Amino acid sequence: MITTNTKSYSYYPGCSSKSANRAYEISMLSVADALGIEMKELDDWNCCGATAYVAIHEKRSFVLSARNLALAEKTGKDLVAICSGCYLALYKASKYINENSKLKDDITKALAAGDMSYEGTVKVRHFLDVVVNDLGEQSVRQRVSNKLEGLKVAPYYGCQISRPFADIDDAEAPQMMDKLIGWLGGEAVAFPLKAKCCGGLMMTTQAEIGQELTGKILKNARDSGADCIITACPLCQINLEAYQKAVSKAMGIDCSIPVLYFTQLMGVAFALSSRDLALKDSLTPVEALFTEKVHN
Amino acid sequence: MPELTAKDLGAELLRRVRELPQGKKIDECIQCGTCSASCPTSSAMEYGPREIIAALRAGMIDRVLKSNTVWLCASCYSCVVRCPAGIPFTDIMYELKRLGVKYGIYPRKTTNAAMANSFSEVVDKHGRNSDTKLILKYYMRTSPLKILGQMGLAAKLFFKGRMDIFTKTIKGLDGLQKMMAAAEENGEK
Repeated sequence: MITTNTKSYSYYPGCSSKSANRAYEISMLSVADALGIEMKELDDWNCCGATAYVAIHEKRSFVLSARNLALAEKTGKDLVAICSGCYLALYKASKYINENSKLKDDITKALAAGDMSYEGTVKVRHFLDVVVNDLGEQSVRQRVSNKLEGLKVAPYYGCQISRPFADIDDAEAPQMMDKLIGWLGGEAVAFPLKAKCCGGLMMTTQAEIGQELTGKILKNARDSGADCIITACPLCQINLEAYQKAVSKAMGIDCSIPVLYFTQLMGVAFALSSRDLALKDSLTPVEALFTEKVHN
Repeated sequence: MPELTAKDLGAELLRRVRELPQGKKIDECIQCGTCSASCPTSSAMEYGPREIIAALRAGMIDRVLKSNTVWLCASCYSCVVRCPAGIPFTDIMYELKRLGVKYGIYPRKTTNAAMANSFSEVVDKHGRNSDTKLILKYYMRTSPLKILGQMGLAAKLFFKGRMDIFTKTIKGLDGLQKMMAAAEENGEK
């Protein structure tokens, strides 16, 4: 069969996708493969310069992003991130560099010191945007062989996928994952806190605040009748999955609920194996949720 | 370092904020408080976002930097998308964080600044972050004994193969460091 429209992208993993959150990368690559899209890892990428770095050095955080953008520009493809923090850092840098001539000038000089250059042509994307908007309903539905009938899912978007720019989804009531869940045969529950903050790094630095923010989200998902939560960001994922015991204790109510990446849920609906989706990496009982639906 | 007055600090901050994209909008704040009401952590802050702009106008920004406020911003951008004047407040919070670090004005107990400093050190050295290295550095800086509280989670991640024992350094680190140095020369960090 000749495929004329194989979509191909540059893939930006981000640091955590190689360790604590490798299940996100593994499941994304499996799902991309199943959908016939190519995700080629950007060669020798560096840290995006996210939240914790830009709090110390502004210009240097843009240099970090710009080096990645320069590497991606050579491939001529869109640069796709799976982490919402990386997505926003790279997206924001590309936008600010293009809109601010002084910044562009400074960045051009800095890149030149390392024999690199950036013209400003790279489009930064999130993998969720690629699935929902480049591939779309037909392509996803066609691939579903294991409909998630009866499964109630709470889509958790967090902050940085749609804020502050709201260019790919609504800033406060995003819909991309809601639609996707429907295409997979499941039911997206009404989940009012779906775009509220999980606290980010505060789970480590100010645990009592992190636990309260995360606790409200977990409780809201349970109250919404969801069987599980899906996420589109590694930091959201680890905050929601790794501290449920402590959060339940702090909140005085049971906050336990399976949490998985949206790519893992897609893979289950595509009947991919548990191994291809790294379901065993989960700290919540994700596999039990799909005992009848996943093929090993 | 020369003696800094609150007035100087406020002036430097305002100048830098106005250089940010949309930064001039700060002059249009009507003190409506939508930012503070939208902020998920404002209940824990000594000064909320609205009060920060008021303090800035009143030449009292040093008090804000010494409070716990600035480092409680988790960068969720809720205030930015709701501000009727279109003020990029999260970027202003970043500017306040950087100003505080630059002049050493932040509350000693602020662990979030220690986290940000540890993060930037790991990235400067390797070009990428490593969770294990970051967490070790962070606890050595704050309270080494508290690392014991993380051992349970660390063990779980380790046995699932989710822990990065070795830190990966990018091939182009030398070039990246040259770029960083050049960026410093071309203007403020």
